[in-house]
Amino acid sequence: MDPIYFLETIVKILVVLLVFSALAGFTTYFERKVLAFMQRRLGPVHVGPAGLLQVLCDGIKLFTKEDFVPQNANKPIFMIAPVITAATAFIAMSAIPFLPEFTIGNHTVTPIISDVNVGLLFVLGVMATGLYGPLLAGMASGNKWALLGGARTAIQLLSYEIVTGLSILAPLMLIGSLSLIDINNYQTGGLTDWLIWTQPVAFILFLIAGFAETNRTPFDLLEHEAEIIAGYATEYSGMRWGMFFIGEYANLFTISFLAAIIFLGGFNDLWFIPGGIAIILKVMLLIFFFLWTRASWPHVRPDQLMWLCWKVLMPIAVINIIVTGVVIML
Amino acid sequence: MGTHIEEKEITQTVESDGYITVHDGKYPDTGWKEFKQVMSRTLKTELFGGLKITFNNMIDALFKNQMHTIRYPIEKLPISPRYRAVHKILGLLESGNNRCIGCGLCEKICIANCIRMDTKIDENSRKEVSEYTINLGRCIFCGYCAEVCPELAIVHGGRYENASEQRAHFVLKDDLLTPLDFLKDQKEYPGFGAPSDDADDKIQKTPLAY
Repeated sequence: MDPIYFLETIVKILVVLLVFSALAGFTTYFERKVLAFMQRRLGPVHVGPAGLLQVLCDGIKLFTKEDFVPQNANKPIFMIAPVITAATAFIAMSAIPFLPEFTIGNHTVTPIISDVNVGLLFVLGVMATGLYGPLLAGMASGNKWALLGGARTAIQLLSYEIVTGLSILAPLMLIGSLSLIDINNYQTGGLTDWLIWTQPVAFILFLIAGFAETNRTPFDLLEHEAEIIAGYATEYSGMRWGMFFIGEYANLFTISFLAAIIFLGGFNDLWFIPGGIAIILKVMLLIFFFLWTRASWPHVRPDQLMWLCWKVLMPIAVINIIVTGVVIML
Repeated sequence: MGTHIEEKEITQTVESDGYITVHDGKYPDTGWKEFKQVMSRTLKTELFGGLKITFNNMIDALFKNQMHTIRYPIEKLPISPRYRAVHKILGLLESGNNRCIGCGLCEKICIANCIRMDTKIDENSRKEVSEYTINLGRCIFCGYCAEVCPELAIVHGGRYENASEQRAHFVLKDDLLTPLDFLKDQKEYPGFGAPSDDADDKIQKTPLAY
């Protein structure tokens, strides 16, 4: 194998790992601030300028906390479960093109770890595998709240996964490729070429399913503190709990990048904005939307989620696919 | 928003087993009505109404100076002038004398038994208060002392930050009641919560490592 290619891939992997681990921490800060402002509070202010170093303090706290394994837990599974969540969240990122190509010296860098030709399928598949983390954690904890959280994970997985798949099927029919780079290149013609205009229904369905996939607020049944304490994470402490958190926020970024690439024109140049900055802006906007809804919307019950996904969203997705197919044929 | 909530026709029937069944006439009873309810709720865009509220809250908080948070030790809310916190002994404005005539009523009425006073006859043959302490560790802030005082000498002030690590601080005789000049000939009164004889040795600086 070409040593330069090998080295480049290693560097890319390290950069993605470090950047998104840091971003996951920073998003917790951003989330606390946005939620606070929306409730007319200040949020973290005491550590560092505008509370920025609060992230660092939280990290130190998590690292120095006791790593506690309950007596009746299934120890190996209990200990490996958070790793599954964090690892799959980062593995899913390996097929995502984060930025447009750029050159260092005379070497062209493609900011994607591996451009597999089934990229989207790979990302969604690995993200879905990540749900094993909460599921196994909930079942191995030896705690009834955690067990309920694990059961809800299964419910959630069964509900949203079909909507995710069917909702992006329609845009994929238009594009004809599963590679995220091809999907991005399909929308090169500026604002009017964005797939959100031709596939608005798919975009909305994908966002709803994305909320469920990342356990964000309208659908965060897994750790709904008012009902099941912390759900699958009840028995976790320290960095194991932190890994669930990092995984969750990494998934948040993955879904935001996917939505930005599939529906919002990806990293193509937008007017005067270069593509690299454009996609970062889009992702930030989507992340803000995720936080915004957390401040605004109530939770749903598990049965409501199943009802919504199976009886409402899935038929709409199927109709969307049929309409798209008919339009393509005509 | 809010105007479209319809009056519900609620009727009740008593079942044979004594339970009361409440009938809410507006629940959809057919599949079609249920479908219509779902559709109307979906298309009312109430979710976006919620988003708008939180967004406006954020704008108000950030740019219109409507943040609710009071950063307590730095900022303080104004308290009512009638707030009854740590006592004050007032002086006479005209002569600068202590308003207290040393009648001892407050000492007598104090149900927590936390007020002690010493009096003497001064050079003008007036009764003078030489010592006056309130053990704030025992005081329950009932306000009887202020109520019974015939001269309105002892009152409750607005100073409410009297938490401390050490019991000796709760007496607060030095910085509240007795003038500083008389600190050196002050006599301590024994009792629960009062500083012990060796309090000066035991007193320590507030530890910084918290």
